[in-house]
Amino acid sequence: MGAPLLAVDALVKHFPLGHGRTVKAVNGISFQIERGEALGLVGESGSGKTTVGRCVLRLIDPTSGAIGFRGEDILGMTPEQFRERRRHIQLVFQEPYDSLNPRMRIGRILDEPLMLARRGAPSARLSRVHDLLDMVGLGRTFIDLYPHQLSGGEQQRVGIARAIATDPDLVVLDEPTSALDVSVRAEILDLLVDLQARLGFAYLFISHDLTAVRRVCQRVIVMYLGRIVETARTAEIFERPLHPYSRALLSSVLYPDPMKEQARFLLTGEIPSPIDLPPGCPLYARCPWARPTCDLSVPPLEALLPDRHVACFRAREENGIGAC
Amino acid sequence: MSAAGSGGSADPLLEVRGLEVEYARNSGPVRVLDGVSLTIAPGESLGVVGESGVGKTVLVRAILGLLDPPWRVVSGTVSYREQNLLALPEAALRQLRGKEIALTTHEPRKHLNPVATVGEQMARVVQAHRPTSRADARARAVELLRLVGIPDPELRLQAYPHELSGGMCQRVVIAMALAHSPKLLMGDEPTAGLDVTISLQILDLMRDLVRDFHSSLLLVSRDLGVVAHYCQRVAVMYAGQLVEVADVPSFFAGAIHPYSRRLLRAAVAATSDRRGTLSQVGARAERGAACCPYAPRCPLRLERCTRESPPLESVAAARWVRCFRHAEITAGLEAP
Repeated sequence: MGAPLLAVDALVKHFPLGHGRTVKAVNGISFQIERGEALGLVGESGSGKTTVGRCVLRLIDPTSGAIGFRGEDILGMTPEQFRERRRHIQLVFQEPYDSLNPRMRIGRILDEPLMLARRGAPSARLSRVHDLLDMVGLGRTFIDLYPHQLSGGEQQRVGIARAIATDPDLVVLDEPTSALDVSVRAEILDLLVDLQARLGFAYLFISHDLTAVRRVCQRVIVMYLGRIVETARTAEIFERPLHPYSRALLSSVLYPDPMKEQARFLLTGEIPSPIDLPPGCPLYARCPWARPTCDLSVPPLEALLPDRHVACFRAREENGIGAC
Repeated sequence: MSAAGSGGSADPLLEVRGLEVEYARNSGPVRVLDGVSLTIAPGESLGVVGESGVGKTVLVRAILGLLDPPWRVVSGTVSYREQNLLALPEAALRQLRGKEIALTTHEPRKHLNPVATVGEQMARVVQAHRPTSRADARARAVELLRLVGIPDPELRLQAYPHELSGGMCQRVVIAMALAHSPKLLMGDEPTAGLDVTISLQILDLMRDLVRDFHSSLLLVSRDLGVVAHYCQRVAVMYAGQLVEVADVPSFFAGAIHPYSRRLLRAAVAATSDRRGTLSQVGARAERGAACCPYAPRCPLRLERCTRESPPLESVAAARWVRCFRHAEITAGLEAP
């Protein structure tokens, strides 16, 4: 196998606030996505997951680090060069309605990326728009409607159709279902799985919702305060989360079954401000496993098990894993 | 259906009967609540569930007399300790709001004044229903902030809302709601938009405080997982109507109304890696039409469902369902 589809290396993004203060949104993260792979980037607000997605799309420039796409360094490209690659990396937004031009009919919204990519004559593009509407389960009657005439789920289907219009290699999904009702959410997730199986693109699925990521992704990265705290295959993290933060996230899932007693693993307090990062482990102040030494230095991301990386000084002992 | 939605034998704290609310549009009024009846007993927690747009928030605001045009209460009563809130003058309602009945919503920042400190706002709430000196009001504010788990409460009194996280703002609003130990605490999606590890802390907090103050809880949510773990009874809304009312264990053991069943299936599917079969693009609820509002989406629809609207019928002890086919569905649930 050659270069991975996406290679993010030591990515750092700090936003200056003035007065010498900075928001340390992303603090040195590295990961790769292979062709056709679905990777989940999970974390709560302030974890830096959205910032990572924006850097990958070059909507913002990172402070340092490298991003390779199909073996090319995209940060070194001129805007013109990147625009050429841009059709291979597409984005689905969180708020479907806000991401669609209210004055355009659905047909026009879907035609626009095709036009920009110079995809043939109007008649060829129209037939592509028909195919796209079929692929996302809407049907051709939607072509003449305006976004406000659609339900939230239908709008998000349009957002997905627009993202896949130019046959991208990578689709970045930024909380694609969190604005939707539960029943619609399940439909959209199933659609994402279907499309990926049929068309073979890769996903970077950014979400705070582990259960959504579970349906779609093969692999998951858990972020906290701009750092990766755990990486694992999705099935494995659900079976046995090793990092205390992953454990807390999983035990926060409320299953719709009053008889199911949940093993509660609760964190206390609030997420610290990314302006004043603690010197040691970012979870130190909230962690039930914490020892005073955890506050001295940042735990490195270590391979605890094959394909399992965890950044926690205490994880080995608390999980009963011997030294490798 | 005199006791529709009633929980037990105790005298209810709150009783809503036949509540109808309209929303005025140029093209004519839309029925937003269509004969909603429910009761909450002292110490009870009731979850009202449904997807966005079914009328959950309007119900909560109607109970508190907070609906302004274009919303209008057409008929019905809201009895709180045997006085009809809908007939009370605004001044009398103000005496109840915040003191007897308190509300937290999913937009805590909208409840807070952006140009006043947390301390000023909390003191105002404390002083609203009881003559209190400034020093005492401040002391009470610190006590309340501590109660809802805010660290360094004295420091936080100086903070403006924009300096607090969403979770902190929600705690401040809950602290305000609890200032006068209300008999009825209403939460309109109190944890929507909060991080999951924080939402559990907030829900635990509301549950514990309601228990400690012997209050009742009306929790509006889209999330059946929340209702399963934090409520004793559940009322499912669809298109402005209650379609099923049940105690939580029986509901989750077997929902009867086709819409409840769909919601429950979706919730189970959303928290598992199993795939659902839910696709129903394009079907819309029929509001105010002479048919079952769920008929256009219902897989069990009969010809009759498109001609007349089913009543909310008592199908078992403390259980009501609005569906012509409830008996067949119940039989199917009981079949081995």
